[in-house]
Amino acid sequence: MSSFRAFLMGGALALAAVTASAQEMPVPAKQDWGFYGPFGTYDRAALQRGFQVYREVCAACHSMNLLAYHDLSGIGYGDAEIKAIAASVSVPDDPDDTGEVKDRPGRPSDRFKAPFANEKAAQAANNGALPKDLSLIVRGREYGPDYIFALLTGFKDTPPAGMKMAKGMNYNEAFPGHQIAMPPPLSDDRVTYADGTKANLAQEAHDVVTFLSWASDPHLEDRHRLGARVIIFLAAFSGVMYGVKRKVWSKIDH
Amino acid sequence: MAHTKAPSAFKNPLIRWVDDRLPIFTMISKEYGVFPTPRNFNYLWNFGALALVMLVIMIITGVFLAMQYTPNADLAFDSVDRITRDVNGGWLLRTLHSNGSSMFFLVVYIHIFRGMYYGSYKRPRELLWLFGAVIYLLMMATAFLGYTLPWGQMSFWGATVITNFFTALPIVGKAITTWLWGGFAVANPTLNRFFALHYLLPFVIAAVVFLHVWALHVTGSNNPLGIEPKSDKDTLPFHPYYTMKDMFGVSVFLLIYAVIVFYVPDYLGDPDNYVKANPLVTPSSIEPEWYFLPFYAILRSVPNKLLGVILMFGAVVMIFLMPWLDTSKVRSAKFRPWYQWCFWFFVFDSLLLGLVGSQHPEGIWILLGRVGTLYYFGFFLVLLPFLGWFEKTLPLPASIAESVLGGGKLAGSTVAAKPMEKA
Amino acid sequence: MVDATHQGAESTGHGDGQTRREFLYLAAGAIGAVGSAGVAWTLVDSMNPATDTLALSTIDVNLAPIVEGMGIVTMWQGKPVFVRHRTAQEITEAQSVKLSELTDPATDESRVKKSPWLVLIGICTHLGCIPLGNKPSDDRGDWGGYRCPCHGSQYDTSGRVRRGPAPLNLAVPPYNFTSDTTVRIG
Repeated sequence: MSSFRAFLMGGALALAAVTASAQEMPVPAKQDWGFYGPFGTYDRAALQRGFQVYREVCAACHSMNLLAYHDLSGIGYGDAEIKAIAASVSVPDDPDDTGEVKDRPGRPSDRFKAPFANEKAAQAANNGALPKDLSLIVRGREYGPDYIFALLTGFKDTPPAGMKMAKGMNYNEAFPGHQIAMPPPLSDDRVTYADGTKANLAQEAHDVVTFLSWASDPHLEDRHRLGARVIIFLAAFSGVMYGVKRKVWSKIDH
Repeated sequence: MAHTKAPSAFKNPLIRWVDDRLPIFTMISKEYGVFPTPRNFNYLWNFGALALVMLVIMIITGVFLAMQYTPNADLAFDSVDRITRDVNGGWLLRTLHSNGSSMFFLVVYIHIFRGMYYGSYKRPRELLWLFGAVIYLLMMATAFLGYTLPWGQMSFWGATVITNFFTALPIVGKAITTWLWGGFAVANPTLNRFFALHYLLPFVIAAVVFLHVWALHVTGSNNPLGIEPKSDKDTLPFHPYYTMKDMFGVSVFLLIYAVIVFYVPDYLGDPDNYVKANPLVTPSSIEPEWYFLPFYAILRSVPNKLLGVILMFGAVVMIFLMPWLDTSKVRSAKFRPWYQWCFWFFVFDSLLLGLVGSQHPEGIWILLGRVGTLYYFGFFLVLLPFLGWFEKTLPLPASIAESVLGGGKLAGSTVAAKPMEKA
Repeated sequence: MVDATHQGAESTGHGDGQTRREFLYLAAGAIGAVGSAGVAWTLVDSMNPATDTLALSTIDVNLAPIVEGMGIVTMWQGKPVFVRHRTAQEITEAQSVKLSELTDPATDESRVKKSPWLVLIGICTHLGCIPLGNKPSDDRGDWGGYRCPCHGSQYDTSGRVRRGPAPLNLAVPPYNFTSDTTVRIG
């Protein structure tokens, strides 16, 4: 057989080998995300519920320093709602004429208020563990949304037999190493949804992961929409250019 | 001194005015209009043009990104996030640039493999090949420098690993590394200078591309048969035959690029680079982007630090030496059956090394890495010279035109066409 | 037999049955031009203000703490804005000026939306320094308004220029009152 055919076969074998390679972190179960796939979009209602979960549960320890209140227009809030959300927090003002720093209500242009002044303060309040900033957490972890969902729903009260837990750590099936400093943040009815949806653990996890995915990738829908147009355009252009090429070359023997 | 020349052949008075004073339009017409190009190019000959398209795309997106980026260790990561989040179309510019780097290497790798298969590096095109190897080296430097700029975990730790290579050099190693860093570890001074160099090198690449294309136009292009054109029956004017074929190729290429950019923009990247650099926390697996993985595998195949670094750089040096390592009198692998097998093994080996580079260096991967490295150097240092001396090659066709037009079959002509004539 | 050095099929063959080929070339060119325009626009638009910059394009000022006779300075779109709670005397003085006396004639009514609030861009119209006059301790010049320390321009209690070298009155930014105690600038 030709050398090229041999190469292709060898390549196929190699590819099979890849899929068998061991991973360091446990592979989370695949979930159904509305934003997956080339036509994926974010469910506005889920985004808003997820933001509610973030605000009421996660924001106590986790910052989202790269988001500003005006960004929330992306999850369907209007100007007035955004102003109200921003105004519900107090942030330090610029120094006044005597150099004193007083507080003022938040504005839409402000970044999300962080729960702690700096990383050291965050660690001190959490037994040395640092609650990670969540702005890009979904894109910053392998398996993205599936992993975060598995993490939030993967806490077990008792670790498997024979496993020794370090002091203050919690057993989690999805976390690499299975010992995580964060206690289970979510549980059934931990929040009461404004739109009346039943707030069980899976729902809360699903909604907050949708929100966090949006925070990591707010332009996903723009990207998909423009992508469809660009690809159709390029397909058409390729077709026309192929016609031109054929036409030009038809004049001669080749 | 102005010298008399024939009046320019253009009708447009403005073009004539410029051309009479600087014959740029005459040059374009000569080099890209009527330029005699072998008539038997296959689509593998599109990849040089695609590489140029990618260079232009990277420079343009890079300049517009540089308008918004801040090269300071405390601000860089957030400035990149601002680009993707707040700048109009910034998300598109960013992903075009990061995925563009992958597309640039993909196109250049295919371009290099084409050259290896068809003997495009052989006399009289050795200098052309060397310029190309220099471009490849500059691309690798540019990509490495650019990858540190977002100042994510992989940016920082990749920079730390690569700059630490220089500590392997005896006596001067540590001093050189401190000088490179501008400090005692990768930090803000390093980032700042990497940004300056990353902005500079693409223009150096452009200058070497100019030399590369100039050298090509002196010898003329190679072709799938590896025999030089003998008459104008063997060639076609570059325009419109190859201008249109290139444009078609560019369009299809952009289509593939668009699918990645718009639908799987993070596929080729590493999630760790969405985490801000932390000098106190090393990621569980530090690995470079895919286009560096084979060299990474070669580096790690030897337990000795200095030897590993030498082998890694040596792997790139092999490419430079190819015109002199290959002793065969026949150019194209089409007529070199043994070389064909070796070549495809080499391609497979490169992919294997890439795979090894992406895995933790343990278990079977260590053995595979060593076998792969052995074949890599064996191909260049043993197979290339020996094949040239001992391989039984197939008879060459009398001319390109005869091969392409005369029913496609090699005319049983006993005319021993000299395989390595000058253009 | 095609002469390989002939400039190819590009020499436009009008009216000899090549119209379909021409249309194909025209279509390719047009599509290419549209694509290029789209790319160019994306690049140019990236230089327009980003969403974080636009979020700062309006600011809301709380008027409650600004008592009579007091003026504050705040930043709007990178420029200083003076918001002053004018006294009755300042208002009377501003309204009783004859237009013929003014370098840049304008009535006080045309520069004020809601008494007693005066909202001005605090940039001297001469060469761009920031005039004094907000602090009670500032020397407010001969017309009791603002005085620019750089070259001595003086403005009155309506922010109109009274003594040069400034040529124009202090500019009035777009603003409106969203409530009795809040003014939105921009």
